[in-house]
Formats: sequence, structure tokens, C-alpha cells
Amino acid sequence: MTRSGPVGSGLELWGGAMHELSIAMSIVDAALEESRQRGVQVSAVHLRLGALSGVVKEALLFSYQMACQDTPLQGSRLIVEDVPVVVFCPQCNEPRTLPSVQSFACPECGAPTRDIRQGKELEVFALEVEEVAP
Amino acid sequence: MSEPRLVEVRRNVLKQNDIIARALRERFREAGIFVVSLVSSPGAGKTTFLEKTLTQLQPRYRVAALVGDLATENDAVRLARSKAPVKQITTGTLCHLEAAMIENALADWDLHELDFLFIENVGNLVCPSSYDLGESLRLVLMSVTEGEDKPLKYPTIFNSADVAIVSKIELAEAVEFDWETARKSIQSVRPGMQIFRLSAKTGEGMDEYLTFLTQQLAEQRTVAHT
Repeated sequence: MTRSGPVGSGLELWGGAMHELSIAMSIVDAALEESRQRGVQVSAVHLRLGALSGVVKEALLFSYQMACQDTPLQGSRLIVEDVPVVVFCPQCNEPRTLPSVQSFACPECGAPTRDIRQGKELEVFALEVEEVAP
Repeated sequence: MSEPRLVEVRRNVLKQNDIIARALRERFREAGIFVVSLVSSPGAGKTTFLEKTLTQLQPRYRVAALVGDLATENDAVRLARSKAPVKQITTGTLCHLEAAMIENALADWDLHELDFLFIENVGNLVCPSSYDLGESLRLVLMSVTEGEDKPLKYPTIFNSADVAIVSKIELAEAVEFDWETARKSIQSVRPGMQIFRLSAKTGEGMDEYLTFLTQQLAEQRTVAHT
């Protein structure tokens, strides 16, 4: 059994195989850097999360609160926008949204495809900020 | 405090890893070395498979391995029996390898003295999928004892891999492994994926897979020199 979180922290709920904490820390670092550069206080971080990013949303939301502790982002929110997988169907000659990541086939015509156009995103795309009083 | 406002930033969270991975890939190509990473669940037989791979390639090729493990150095000790240079990367609490760990581990190695480098990731079918290590080829290994639907349970890692290895086929009959179902599961999450069925224990199927690797090495070198 692999364990990544401190025992008793609740992280082992995800079977211990959890890289979401290190990803949450990267998100916090990125947001902090932006807030310093812009001289603003961050109240929320908007993230685009692809279905093929390899990141579990619930684990990430949980980890985010831990990663924010004792930083200027403490008390901020992480708002996750789920990004579905979009493939290009060679038969229909059209981009198609996959209903499930278990089947890489066109939902319209059934043609298999591995031409992925969207769904691997792990991107901070916006911050909700407030000006810091001078 | 003024009213909150929204500012657009657009930052890839794994950018730092991707930058290091790209630099590694460039270094590997320049050194003419073919780098294979290996992912699987714990207990799928990665270490035995890798030991046999190293031993069988060694008479003709210069091979080495990096092994990621949470705490112990047992895997490195087992692999050292192949007489190939092996370095352990102890990840501590981290459930996957990152590009920076590969970069550090290779700091004192001369890559020009190698043909193949194998990177054994931590046994885990979830976390390693997000991290590019600069490898030329990613193998995902599943053993027949794990069941035919493993790819459907972990589609992201199978999708991030280039080639699938179905291992421990000497046990297929005993566990009533249905090859056709497994093949369909793999093709469903990664259409067109190449699959090798083999047994590291008996050696069955190993030749075909090793020939594939040596062809890949030759191809990469041809491309690099044109």
C-alpha cells in the first residue's frame, strides 16, 4: 500500500495514490506569483481540468485547502471547470465530444480515433482578485 | 477593499515539469539513446520484466535503468543482478516520478555511453500519467492476474502510454484470462495501440518485444541524423 499523505489527515481516503497535493501546491504557487506581480489579493482560482489530466477533482479540491494553509491564499476558493475529451473523427471529419474516456470512438459513427483535440488541460485560466489597499 | 474582478492568466500547472521533460528528450536524442519508461500497478511484475529486458539486451547493447520506489531499494538490488548500471530514485512520499528527478539522477551519467535507458516508475496506475519524463516510449504493463478490464478502470494511463505489455501469460490459463476481452479493452481506450503478450518467467514472447525495441532505437537514430 502506498501512502502519500500524513496518516490521519484524510488523504488516505483516496487509497494513498495521490499526487493531487503536489498539483494543488503548484496551483497555489502559480496563483501567488500572479498575485505578487499584479499587487492583488486572490479570492478564487479558476482551473480548467481535462478528463484525461489524470487528476481527481475531489482529491484536488481537498488538497487545495491544505496547500493554501499559512499562505496569502488561505480562505480562497478553487473553482474547477471540467473539460471533456474532444477527439477528431476521421469518418465524420468533425470534432466530437466523448461521453466517456473508456471508449475512444466517435459517438456518432463509431469510428475509433486517437486524435485527441482537448481533455488533457490542467490550467489556471483566471483569478478572482481584489486590489490590496495601499 | 474594492469589488472582486476576474483576471485572465492562462498558466499550465505542469509547465515546469514539461519544460524539464522537453530538455531531457532533446538531450536523449542528441546522445542517441532510446529511453523507455514503464508503468504498472504494484505487483504486475515490472521488476522481473525489466531484469529480463536488461539481461537479454546486454550482450548487444549498453543498457541502464532508473528505478522509482517509495521507500525501499529492493528493486534496485534485484535489477543490479543484471550487471547493468542501476540507480534507485527513492520518492519518499511521492507516488510518481517527475522530470526533475530524472534530471537529477542522470547528473553524473554520460548518456553517450548508453543505447537504452529504462525508467521504472512507482507502481501506480493513476499518478504517473500526468508527468512527462522525456521518455521516447512509455510502456504500460498489465499482468493476466489483474483481469481483462484493467484498461477500462485506468483509461488515462493506458491512453498516455504508447505500447501495452500483457505479462505473466504463463498464468493465463490458470486464471482464465480472456485475451480477446483484454485486447478489446485496450483498443477501446487507445485505438491502434501495439500490444505484446509475454512471459518474463518462461521467456515466451520476449524476442518479439526486444526486436521491437531495437528497431525503435535504430529508427530514432536514423531520424536524428537526417
